[in-house]
Amino acid sequence: MSIKQTIRRFILENFLFTDDESILEDGDSFLAAGMIDSTGVLEVVFFIEETFGIKVKDDEMLPDNLDSVDCLVAFIQRKQAIVAE
Amino acid sequence: MIAIPRLLQEALLATAARYPERTALVAGNVRLSYREVADYACRLAHALRSRGVERGDRVMIFMENDWRCAASIFGVLLAGGVFVAVNAQTKRDKLAFILRDAGARVLLSESHLARVFGPLVEQLPTLQVLCAPDTEELPAGVENVDEALIDMPATPPPQSTITLDLAALLYTSGTTGEPKGVMHTHQSLLFVLESINEYLGFSEDDRLFSALPLNFGYGLFQWLSAVRAGATLVLERSFAYPAQAFKRMRDEAATSFAGVPTMFAMLLAQDAKQLLRFPSVRLLTNAAAALPVEFIPGLRRLFPNARLCKMYGQTECIRSAYLEPALAEAKPESVGRAIPGTELLLLGEDGRPVAVGEVGTLYVRGPHVMRGYWNQPERTAEVLTPNPLSGERLLRSGDLFRQDADGDFYFVARGDEIIKSRGEKVSPAEVENAIYCLPSVREAVVVGIPDPLLGEAVCAFVAPREGGQLSVQQIKRACGERLENYMVPKYVLLVSDLPRTENGKLSRKLVLEQYAALLAESA
Repeated sequence: MSIKQTIRRFILENFLFTDDESILEDGDSFLAAGMIDSTGVLEVVFFIEETFGIKVKDDEMLPDNLDSVDCLVAFIQRKQAIVAE
Repeated sequence: MIAIPRLLQEALLATAARYPERTALVAGNVRLSYREVADYACRLAHALRSRGVERGDRVMIFMENDWRCAASIFGVLLAGGVFVAVNAQTKRDKLAFILRDAGARVLLSESHLARVFGPLVEQLPTLQVLCAPDTEELPAGVENVDEALIDMPATPPPQSTITLDLAALLYTSGTTGEPKGVMHTHQSLLFVLESINEYLGFSEDDRLFSALPLNFGYGLFQWLSAVRAGATLVLERSFAYPAQAFKRMRDEAATSFAGVPTMFAMLLAQDAKQLLRFPSVRLLTNAAAALPVEFIPGLRRLFPNARLCKMYGQTECIRSAYLEPALAEAKPESVGRAIPGTELLLLGEDGRPVAVGEVGTLYVRGPHVMRGYWNQPERTAEVLTPNPLSGERLLRSGDLFRQDADGDFYFVARGDEIIKSRGEKVSPAEVENAIYCLPSVREAVVVGIPDPLLGEAVCAFVAPREGGQLSVQQIKRACGERLENYMVPKYVLLVSDLPRTENGKLSRKLVLEQYAALLAESA
């Protein structure tokens, strides 16, 4: 499963409680759409740390990195590239 | 010293006259001076008046926790209206309930929230909607608030409101499942504002940081305290992205941080990963849920220059008690004593004061007590009881406390079944009602269970109908569609039957006893 699919499945299952793919756009802001709140962001961070073997630093916990499927995919790819170097 | 105002909006106008160029609000990329906030509020007041809003009319503010929400509160008041601020997370059915219950004449919102309120505009033909444009287009039948304000004067409209008039309906979760509108007058809110600013000692040099929602007493009073003192409010939409909040606190050199235990738990967890220090903060406050004693040493390290003030309150009087910061270590479990100008009584079941050390029900006396619940005289009579000595009405908090020999109060237990998760009130009945919307549900019981981050986590026990198909996901989704996300159960346990009392009633206590082992496994 690609990074994007893994993340989409996690968000759909854990925050939207559905497997209906049509209700989540990759560019949707989790916060503005009311999908995720403060403790939800922590859950997302734990999930990507565990699943993708990366460490999210305090100063990386920003909406630009975490607030949509697209942001998360780009962030994880950047982090994995650093680990691989 | 600004003369004591009689109306809340006078606090804004007085501060704007005295410190027109001081920064009132910092939110996202927006910085507004007191003059700019007062201008916006006055223009909005004229726009509301010209759309028929009269003294006493309710105006709902359904907006993100941002500058517009803060400024609109004063716009509604300047129009002579009563503001009803509602969390932007609110789902459609609940929003519809509150709009109808309050009899709102105007809805102030933002275009991206039209996915929630849009369908209601047709169902409520008398409701007018003024909407701030954002990323999404304005729906049909809705006015652009920015265009509505263009030709409006930036001076206050003539006022006939007096201090006894309602200023706000603050909706709060109730044990029966439907939210209740707590009625506060200008007088009750101003009284508690003066009391809070006295014991916290805010001045015009303060910069108050808040990520708390403005629709909830603790968050609302960050803004009102700042306005009254001529200070700056640094407002975040939420605490969801802590790094962003931390950067903002440092960049703005925040002097005050208002938190709930879940935020402090997040701060301490971040600090364990990467050292955090906020030396500019001189005042740290906690409310909405009890601060775990073991957090205190960590908070001292994070905020090395801050006094820590623990507070206790409820929407019905905003704030009841505070602990003198000097006693934070000596009495870590106490919420202290009555806020200035008020009194707390601890009464037994016979209505007489209990002895030192004994448990009693807390009653609140003071001009900060609400007028009652909107349109609910019976439920009002349950909590406001006549005081035979002075003729005023006492607020029965319902919570159980004891008092030490010095007169400081200690929380013992809630008197109702409300769950406190993340500092927010969750009504088990409201969650159960959402679960019962699924036809396959036979019975459901919702309880709070201890949780290190949330304080209490919402946990649902659900028994399906015979032959009915139910999944945990389905139940969470039914809740997610109807409830704010802090109310969605973190745990859902499917069980074959739920225990009843001898009288045949479902019992939360028995459920917790019967399923203790199952709960330990899943949590």
